[in-house]
Amino acid sequence: MAILDSKINVRSEEFSENVAHMRTQVEDLARTVAELSLGGEEKYRERHVSRGKLLPRERVNGLLDPGTPFLEFSQLAALNVYEDNIPGAGIITGIGRVSGQECVIIANDATVKGGTYYPLTIKKQLRAQTIAEENNLPCVYLVDSGGANLPQQDDVFPDRMHFGRTFFNQANMSAKGIPQIAVVMGSCTAGGAYVPAMADESIIVREQGTIFLGGPPLVKAATGEIVSAEDLGGADVHCRTSGVADHYARNDRHALDLARRAVSRLNRVKQPTLDIAEPIDPRYAADEIYGVVPRDTRQSYDVREVIARVVDDSDFEEFKALYGTTLVCGFARIMGYPVGILGNNGILFSESAQKGAHFIELCAQRKIPLVFLQNITGFMVGRQYEAGGIAKHGAKMVTAVACANVPKFTVLIGGSFGAGNYGMCGRSYDPRFLYMWPNARISVMGGEQAAGVMAQIRRDQLESRGEEWAEADEAAFKQPILDTYDHQGHPYYASARLWDDGVIDPAQTRMVLGLSISATLNREIEETRFGVFRM
Amino acid sequence: MTMFNKILIANRGEIACRVIKTAQRLGVKTVAVYSDADRDALHTSLADEAIHIGPAPARDSYLCGDKIIAAARQTGAEAIHPGYGFLSENSGFALDCEKAGICFIGPPPAAIDAMGSKSAAKRIMESAGVPLVPGYHDEDQSDDVLAAAAREMGFPVLLKATAGGGGKGMRQVWSDDEFSAALDAARREASSSFGDDRMLVEKYLVGPRHVEIQVFCDSLGNAVYLAERDCSVQRRHQKVIEEAPAPGVDQALRKRMGEAAIAAARAIDYEGAGTVEFLLDSDGVFYFMEMNTRLQVEHPVTEMITGVDLVEWQLRVATGEPLPLEQDAIQITGHAFEARIYAEDPDRDFMPETGSLHHLVPPAESRHVRVDTGVRRGDVVSVHYDPMIAKLITWDESRSSALARLRDALRQYEIAGITTNVEFLYNLSSTDAFAGAELDTGFIERHREQIFHQSDADLSRVLPLAALYSMLAGERKSQIAQQSSADRWSPFGISSNWRLNSVGERVISIEYQGVEYGISITVDSAGAYRLQHAENNWICSGQLDADELTATIDGHRHRVSVAEQDDSYSLYTADFACHFRFPEPDLGVDEDVSVGSDFTAPMNGTIVALLVETGAPVTAGDALLVMEAMKMEQTISAHREGKVTQFLFQPGDLVDGGAPLLKFEVLEEF
Repeated sequence: MAILDSKINVRSEEFSENVAHMRTQVEDLARTVAELSLGGEEKYRERHVSRGKLLPRERVNGLLDPGTPFLEFSQLAALNVYEDNIPGAGIITGIGRVSGQECVIIANDATVKGGTYYPLTIKKQLRAQTIAEENNLPCVYLVDSGGANLPQQDDVFPDRMHFGRTFFNQANMSAKGIPQIAVVMGSCTAGGAYVPAMADESIIVREQGTIFLGGPPLVKAATGEIVSAEDLGGADVHCRTSGVADHYARNDRHALDLARRAVSRLNRVKQPTLDIAEPIDPRYAADEIYGVVPRDTRQSYDVREVIARVVDDSDFEEFKALYGTTLVCGFARIMGYPVGILGNNGILFSESAQKGAHFIELCAQRKIPLVFLQNITGFMVGRQYEAGGIAKHGAKMVTAVACANVPKFTVLIGGSFGAGNYGMCGRSYDPRFLYMWPNARISVMGGEQAAGVMAQIRRDQLESRGEEWAEADEAAFKQPILDTYDHQGHPYYASARLWDDGVIDPAQTRMVLGLSISATLNREIEETRFGVFRM
Repeated sequence: MTMFNKILIANRGEIACRVIKTAQRLGVKTVAVYSDADRDALHTSLADEAIHIGPAPARDSYLCGDKIIAAARQTGAEAIHPGYGFLSENSGFALDCEKAGICFIGPPPAAIDAMGSKSAAKRIMESAGVPLVPGYHDEDQSDDVLAAAAREMGFPVLLKATAGGGGKGMRQVWSDDEFSAALDAARREASSSFGDDRMLVEKYLVGPRHVEIQVFCDSLGNAVYLAERDCSVQRRHQKVIEEAPAPGVDQALRKRMGEAAIAAARAIDYEGAGTVEFLLDSDGVFYFMEMNTRLQVEHPVTEMITGVDLVEWQLRVATGEPLPLEQDAIQITGHAFEARIYAEDPDRDFMPETGSLHHLVPPAESRHVRVDTGVRRGDVVSVHYDPMIAKLITWDESRSSALARLRDALRQYEIAGITTNVEFLYNLSSTDAFAGAELDTGFIERHREQIFHQSDADLSRVLPLAALYSMLAGERKSQIAQQSSADRWSPFGISSNWRLNSVGERVISIEYQGVEYGISITVDSAGAYRLQHAENNWICSGQLDADELTATIDGHRHRVSVAEQDDSYSLYTADFACHFRFPEPDLGVDEDVSVGSDFTAPMNGTIVALLVETGAPVTAGDALLVMEAMKMEQTISAHREGKVTQFLFQPGDLVDGGAPLLKFEVLEEF
């Protein structure tokens, strides 16, 4: 037992100011998410409901085991990206339990542009499929979509990671024994028709669901044939005549019931190989995290204060506590699951990088999932450090992170800048899940540094020409750079573009990680083979 | 003669169990009889031996005297206790027992016969000097004679058609002035209804009470009365709550009634336990109504106040022993109530209910509370017999405390799986009028509004409990399901409706008294549940251990007993019992999607047989037609209830695959 002893004074003014600051951000997040969760405009929602259809969130809730959690991804997708407002990119994705089985659920929101696919809709669906594939999770598609958004077709259709990839994924997941179940609760037009057609089992709702390669307008244009959508590709056609769908649902609720039954027949048993213990709540309240994080992102704080509010019983067995102290490494449990945690307590030096590489190797050897709590401005720079081989030591850590074949989870709890992002398992290093806190910032380097570097170059140019550069001018030069970095480094900007799996309330970190770990345990943890470490 | 060695009980249910208990206490062996429906019934298992006597319907089993006598012979039972109902007042059976050399524990056949005919009984009683309701039953139908008779007995009177029934040709007459008009009207009505306008005149009793005297006679000529019972609270001639002693009956009246009852019993040479029923009018005058020549359902209230075991007396008297007590030694102590708990729906005119007693927990028995029952948890209340579940009897020093105990015990009576009258009994026993002993046979009708109101638990008390239970029970189910998983603590099993970046809100659906309510539940940061419905808010916490819910709602802690069945659950608190259904999701209406509803030939073949007549009603699944194809017989069946209107082929005809075979008309439900 190594219970973390919090040094934070929860009665201090500092603490309550931090709390107020973080609470503002969390509340903004909650408000934004609540608004986006409504889906399309009210008139479209009303029209949807008036047709006897359930709203997409009601469908998801109806599919899930009653009362169980839904780990939703990318709630902020497409936020302020397109001219049109496309809440959640018009699609809901996440992991939830269906008939006792953790599944990836992908639900179109027909109240948003008819559920058509924008580029980020596709990116979000592909990401959900990737999560399913990486973690061996069955997919349930609740389909209600008009297919590709035609005005956006050039960014939706042709490329490798465009619409076609979703069907490629369905086929290949099915080949790997990852069940694909489609529930047709609205249109499945053109490419969309392949979702149910390529599914292992499909369900269609009478007088709601339609599947066809070409809808009535296209048929009329192509051949002159006049036919209703229902007669062209309704439930009766596909369940009785074409065989495109397997199960005939009488309404949305019935379809969800049939889907739950389909999942209950999958004959899959989750067999985690971890040493799992009964979860114990941390000894400190989760929302105290709000007061732990300083208002100024440049100010450092002890990551152990976060760990103490995330791990079971606040019990954290540190590894090499006295060595390379800017990287905190140690063993703990989250919701009963053993994990290795790496958290930043400052810049990465050679020692901390080597320590990190060692620790990652240890966890990979023991098949213990890794959690990265990222708050990093980068590796140390300067002559002494370059000469000391910080590049090769950093490379060791990056190699270790890249190759470690255990489930990896990354949470950006502060800054994520430069190579620090690589060493701490940024998006490119395939963590199974990556989340950001609302206070986090991500960019190639800090805005200050970037502006400083560019101003320095500018000043050198000017001075080489013998020109003066007034301080006010320099400040005016730096401001747009600062603004751009601030804007683009904001978690909403990142999350809107699917650079992460979601911005999360810091107080929910433990639950988010617990759910994420649980999801990854549907796949066996495999052996790791590391690349060459530069010694 | 010594006590019987072995007796047979020719009955079932609570009375069979009741008799077995006393017999066992006296060391008498018991034989039960049972029908197909009672193979596993409580009385069958309580007895030392049990003999099967036929199919479920009583006329094929419990009413078959010969089978019962054969069973007694087979087992060597010396006597037969008939209980009540069935063969208990069948003199033929009593005679057959006698002939078979088996003692019938009851009165002699002649006494049964004497009381069997109500008019004959009244004549016997009249000559024995037992008071009868005054009446004019003679042939002279002149207006003056009838009016004079009415005046003589005193108003109000009741005019009744001699040939009457069903209230036709019946008139209440409250004064002399009204008499002649009422007589004309009653005659017209009688004439048109029965073709017979003859009238009889009877004294009309205002607010009469039904008070009966328990009598006991031995074969040596001794007779005693064991006080009275008030059975006034009735619904359609069915007693609902009985009590002893009758309120307002003093020692003098008791003595007069008791002596009249003994006179009645002696008039027919009675032996054993009997009951003489009287109507007692509001001014303390009583009139003979009838005599029941058996042990009554409500006998326990008499036992509770006299300390006498009437079944024991029956056995002793039947063996020829004298009555154990003389009249002076019979003392009354305290007050007792009996409530009859039935599987019936008071809101649907007391329609009998059938079904399984999924949950059955009677109140704990004590010197104050007695439960006579013939069923256990899980037993079925069938259509074949009386749907009585139990008799709940309470006793205490005073009427008011015995009544308080009755109400408490009713509150504690947990029955689920079947609709019962427990709530109705509770409401009835809670009325001020009942507490004030304002009893008469019109009691239920008069206090209908107070008695038939829905449960007195208002929604704001019921809903949070139900929502809390529904949620906790769901959580428990998912926890149990997860226990067997290798990942037993996965947070995906936590039922708090957790959602990212928002407060997990669950809406629990509750169906209560036919209405569906949605209760929103969120968990606050302190871990308490916030429940909300319309403008009501509650802060709750709760814990579910086995069948007990401990719930704190806005600081008020309740201990609630719960019972859950497939589609419903019941909550029992100290103050109320209420029943809920799990609302069924709307899964749409099945519109003939079943295969074969088009009645076409599945392939080329030959018609083998037509199995139903055209126009004959069939139900879903009935075979309609057989055809043969590829050496295999194919049966075409009805998909819904309806009828075949036409067969399109005859046996031997060759048909092509896909050809329509018949025309079918679905029975429309509306």
